[in-house]
Amino acid sequence: MFKKTSLLTIVFALSILFAKSSAPAVSENHSETEKSESYNPVPMIMHHIADAHEIHFWGEGENSVSVPLPVILWTNNGLVSFMNSEFHHDDAGHHVVEKKGMKFTKAHGKIYYANENADSHGSYISHDEDGHSENSKPLDFSITKSVVGIFVTMIILLLVFTSVARSYKTNGGIPKKLTGWMEPLVVFVRDDIAKENIGEAKYKKFVPFLLSIFFFILVLNILGLTPLGFNVTGNIAVTLVLALVTLFVTLKSANKNYWGHIFNPPVPGALKPLMIPIEIVGIFTKPFALMIRLFANITAGHIVILSLISLIFVAQAGSGTGMAWAVSPAAFALTLFIFVLEVLVAFLQAYIFTLLTALFVGMSVEEHH
Amino acid sequence: MAVVGSVAAIGAGLAVIGVGLGIGKIGGSAMEGIARQPEAAGKIQTAMIIAAALIEGAGLFGIVVALLGL
Repeated sequence: MFKKTSLLTIVFALSILFAKSSAPAVSENHSETEKSESYNPVPMIMHHIADAHEIHFWGEGENSVSVPLPVILWTNNGLVSFMNSEFHHDDAGHHVVEKKGMKFTKAHGKIYYANENADSHGSYISHDEDGHSENSKPLDFSITKSVVGIFVTMIILLLVFTSVARSYKTNGGIPKKLTGWMEPLVVFVRDDIAKENIGEAKYKKFVPFLLSIFFFILVLNILGLTPLGFNVTGNIAVTLVLALVTLFVTLKSANKNYWGHIFNPPVPGALKPLMIPIEIVGIFTKPFALMIRLFANITAGHIVILSLISLIFVAQAGSGTGMAWAVSPAAFALTLFIFVLEVLVAFLQAYIFTLLTALFVGMSVEEHH
Repeated sequence: MAVVGSVAAIGAGLAVIGVGLGIGKIGGSAMEGIARQPEAAGKIQTAMIIAAALIEGAGLFGIVVALLGL
């Protein structure tokens, strides 16, 4: 009886999570009521991968339903902030917002200083021959969708782990419910990741850092798979910062032995001039690979899920709505399969990032043997 | 008949061939190792997952370049 209920809960939860894929596709359908030449899924996919100044639910242009987020700009005249709703869903540089004597306009998700007058197309941005914008941009510190995603993750982690920590006091060290879920994961990170790779003597001070990285990336990855439409770890700026933190920790905790191996590698003298530059570059390529690995895995997963759902709309544009209905079960099944794979990838990527960070830290603090 | 898509897609496909071969080889030797010594299955599996993730990381460099070109 108990087993049946929990299995049902898992299936139900998975199918709700899976609703992510159908929600974005519905908004695209409204703009194509007659059979067009062919459906190009790329703009829809790019829209869902990219960061935005609003949390967009459905609708296009004037009719979109979305939650506006604060826009915070550092300009020549100081800090300017306003809500994204002042742009009135304009993304082509047609609408100008004026604050503190400066004019701003938004195109392709980026905010620029607006020109004084609109050009022939009504755009307040000048373009060069390749179509790239020539206007300068203020520094954009806005609370975008990814930042909201990070705040949500922060709140989840704080709530979960403070309650888990408190429960140890009240239950006399016996884990129950949520603590029972978290304890194996925490012990796993502490023993199999930290102790294995950093060594008995020095692992303790790095465990909080490794735990933070593991759970932060894990929750962000899972958040990206929900219907809320976040794509935080698929944002290269986020993974860049995580990789930089790893780089900083490895460099800060490096001992003489580590630098000795970099500048005086234990190879025959003739190879030293070759190995030393390789070792120096190696200091930076390792976190760089961490950044690319996490970013590409998560983004590729999202793109595949969105593309498989787009199959339905490609079928509709090519062969009519009847064909689209026929293709739906197959597209649904494929998407479900890839979706489950992506849940595995979410855990795996968090584990790999943490493991490699522990490995690099272990190499930094290793004593001479 | 015109060519559809882009050269970037061909590049991405080539990168995935490399990843597929690499991870396939790792999986194959992991299977052999587990067949020879079933007690070591846990350790072999962990090492296999790590090696697979590293190979996939390398292959994804190629995918990222293809995405830039798309």
